[in-house]
Amino acid sequence: MLYREAGQFKTTYVEDMAIFPIRQDRIALAVLLGIAFIGVPLLATFHIWPFGSDYLLWAILLPFLILALAAIGTNILVGYCGQISLGSGAFMAIGAYSAYKLVTGVHIPLAWLGCAISIPPLSVLASILLGGLIAAGVGILFGIPSLRIKGLYLAVATLAAQFFFDWAFLRIPWFTNYAPSGSVNAPELNFFGLIVQSPIERYLLCLLLVTLMALLAKNLVRGNLGRQWMAIRDMDIAAELIGIRPLYAKLTAFAVSSFIIGVAGALWAFVYLGSWEPLAFSIDRSLQLLFMVIIGGLGSIMGSFVGAAFILIVPIMLNLIPAELGVPLSTETIAHFEFIIFGSLICYLLIKEPHGFARLISIGKEKLRLWPFPY
Amino acid sequence: MIALGQFLEVLIGGLMSGVLYSLVALGFVLIFKASGVFNFAQGAMVLLAGLALVRALDLLVANGFPLWAAIVLGIAFAAAIMATTAWLIERFVIGPLVNQDGLTLFMSTIGVTFVIEGAAEMIFGSDVYPLRLFPTDAWFVLEDVFPGGILVNKLDVWGALIAGILVAGLAIFFQRTKTGRALRAVADDHLAAHSVGIPIGWIWFVVWLAAGLVALVAATVWGTKLGVQFSITFLALKALPVLIIGGLTSIPGAIAGGLIVGAGEKIAEVYLGPSIGGGIEYWFAYVLALAVLLVRPQGLFGERIIERV
Amino acid sequence: MRAPDTNEILLQVEAVALSFGGVRALKDVSFNIRKGEIRAIIGPNGAGKTSMLNVVNGFYHPDHGTITFKGRTRDKMQPFEAARGGIARTFQNVALFKGMSALDNIMAGRTLKVRRGLLWQVLRYGPALREELEHRHRVEEIIDFLEIEAIRKVPVGRLPYGLQKRVELGRALAMEPELLLLDEPMAGMNLEEKEDMSRFIVDVNNQYGTTIALIEHDMAVVMDLSESVAVLDHGVKIADGTPDEVKNSQAVIEAYLGVAH
Repeated sequence: MLYREAGQFKTTYVEDMAIFPIRQDRIALAVLLGIAFIGVPLLATFHIWPFGSDYLLWAILLPFLILALAAIGTNILVGYCGQISLGSGAFMAIGAYSAYKLVTGVHIPLAWLGCAISIPPLSVLASILLGGLIAAGVGILFGIPSLRIKGLYLAVATLAAQFFFDWAFLRIPWFTNYAPSGSVNAPELNFFGLIVQSPIERYLLCLLLVTLMALLAKNLVRGNLGRQWMAIRDMDIAAELIGIRPLYAKLTAFAVSSFIIGVAGALWAFVYLGSWEPLAFSIDRSLQLLFMVIIGGLGSIMGSFVGAAFILIVPIMLNLIPAELGVPLSTETIAHFEFIIFGSLICYLLIKEPHGFARLISIGKEKLRLWPFPY
Repeated sequence: MIALGQFLEVLIGGLMSGVLYSLVALGFVLIFKASGVFNFAQGAMVLLAGLALVRALDLLVANGFPLWAAIVLGIAFAAAIMATTAWLIERFVIGPLVNQDGLTLFMSTIGVTFVIEGAAEMIFGSDVYPLRLFPTDAWFVLEDVFPGGILVNKLDVWGALIAGILVAGLAIFFQRTKTGRALRAVADDHLAAHSVGIPIGWIWFVVWLAAGLVALVAATVWGTKLGVQFSITFLALKALPVLIIGGLTSIPGAIAGGLIVGAGEKIAEVYLGPSIGGGIEYWFAYVLALAVLLVRPQGLFGERIIERV
Repeated sequence: MRAPDTNEILLQVEAVALSFGGVRALKDVSFNIRKGEIRAIIGPNGAGKTSMLNVVNGFYHPDHGTITFKGRTRDKMQPFEAARGGIARTFQNVALFKGMSALDNIMAGRTLKVRRGLLWQVLRYGPALREELEHRHRVEEIIDFLEIEAIRKVPVGRLPYGLQKRVELGRALAMEPELLLLDEPMAGMNLEEKEDMSRFIVDVNNQYGTTIALIEHDMAVVMDLSESVAVLDHGVKIADGTPDEVKNSQAVIEAYLGVAH
């Protein structure tokens, strides 16, 4: 009975167009944000359960936030615009390595012109955002084939991006500033004089950025551009006949998606990993992001968070539950179980509920609205 | 002469390994032609078939079976596993998804990939298992023309031979048998085929079974070359660009695409590799496919697609 | 009030031919649509009616012939040009965006009228929000007009066929077109739905002065609604005139009764 919208009348279109038109949802969101922004840091500061150690922050919440952001980016391209991508990992890598180059200063000698392009080291924030923009540029480049080819063919084009950049960051020493090991280290995370170092600070930084970008992404998908993307996804021919230019719609989707994924990649490298190799952004990462999107819900910003949470929690549960029951599984068996669970869940959801957990949640809410009556 | 001899050697080696890509690509084409499904799981099926075969062989040989009997029984066992897989996929994934768009079907095969990989490794183990069905030593040919001759791997020749037999067999199957003809009808329009009484579920099972058996054949050659191991699935992924280059619906295209990719990447690696850091093989096929897509989206041998509203 | 019928030609199709492989869908078809009229295109199945509409809004490119729209002559239309020039279209088999709500479908029809770009839309603040609201207002007018208020937020995939057709008409109207092409707007509808749809078509023509070209099989509807009728058969125009003229044309009667040629 608590979850009712009866009596909540909307008198303006602005109210009707709100992200959460129902008051109870807004309250729930406020509580969630309160916990995330205030509760978690407080508990973690004083090491109160479940934040006795930094494990929850470091190993769960930090990767959750960053991968959820990358999943939002993937979702814009795959879920909203219907362009399959198996190369999200590569765009995370582009964001990460571009940011790395920018933060350490770029120097490109142009021998034949007798001069050089030099960019002095930029600040961390500028590098991360510019890294995203560079990823967006590359995204547009790899999106161009999508104008001539569709769906499955595009999968191969994005695979090309994946494998090419895997190789480039591994074999072209310029990208790693000629580091002998091939692995590079993140700079000190200095934001306008504030040094982000402890897990709590890292968490808050990511939380802030991810919340902001999720909100902006939501604005885009519920605006005209989002409708253009979905129109292209649902029926590109009809979209064209109502005046949507496929060129513009698809390339903006590639650009926005790659920008978000690129920023997530830079955060993943700078804030979470600290030091990394191209392996961190392999095709496994791409598939993981795709799974988050399918499981969480194609075409849902909230679903991206749900999917990321699910994908990260399952292996932990596979680790914990059998151990609690006295039959601990080997790492290998856990990995195999993970494969089987994710794989079959994907098939199940595609058959039963293509909009993933996000739709299951909204169905649940509809039921709750009617409760205790069946209809 | 040394330069030419080396070039020929690289070219032949490349063409031969291209045959291996073609073997996997064939499985894709079969399924795509019959059901319009772009089957991401083909590589996983190669892994599954290889694991089933090699583990059965090891077990049978360890229990004192003569080698020939072990091979026959092992292949029969692996084929049975592929049949079961085909049935499960048809029954629980592709069947319920009938009439969904290509993207959904494609993503569902990514799900299938993960299930097969997880289950195969859980049941059969996840080490590298050597498989020795074919000779792996080399011939040196044309020794009087080129100093030192040209090295040709016997296994590659076997692979080419098997691919040839397989293509001929498939051609006969499609052209001459009742099931083959029904299959082509389903490929054209599965609703229409259904309405004239062709049992779609059965047909799709047959297609997935055929693809599974093709995967088994590929696994015997690949397993002998590399050992049966997880990384086979990544190599098998290269069948995707091979298909794009050859054209998705064409069996000759799959073969030609495989040869082009195999030869191209070896030549690029040998002649371009040293100057840009090596490892070109890793991405060459994909970038070539991308280039082909931009120029000729239907591939070299594919059919043009006409759209209607 | 009804838009004044003038003799001003809005669209002129001249000697258009179109073939697919060996099949000739249109053979030297010429006809015109006058500003403000309701024009019907009829003909037996496979006569080339839909192909004709596809040529007009640029989805098919004719092998030869010209299309003159608002005084500009072209060899072929591009879909985007047609849309920007004010040609809207509905489809024989509803071509809605299945994953979107009815409201979003119609809002998508406003795309060409949207002025604020990506960077404003990201912020969704100030001018961008005001613009979104303006479009919402216009779309709500259309929703009221088509009497589909109750299904605004329903994903169109879940709507019955008749309502989908209405939403599709709404999406076309949201473009504020000068020329509206309707491909069998009443196919598969029951009598009541047909009456509603006829009323909407006449109202659109009356209230907004929109020129309408429609393909329809229901003769009664065609005779009631349209001011002039073109008849196609096997890719050839066999008659053109007022409904009465066409009804009595020998060629038309033969085409429909299937007299051997």
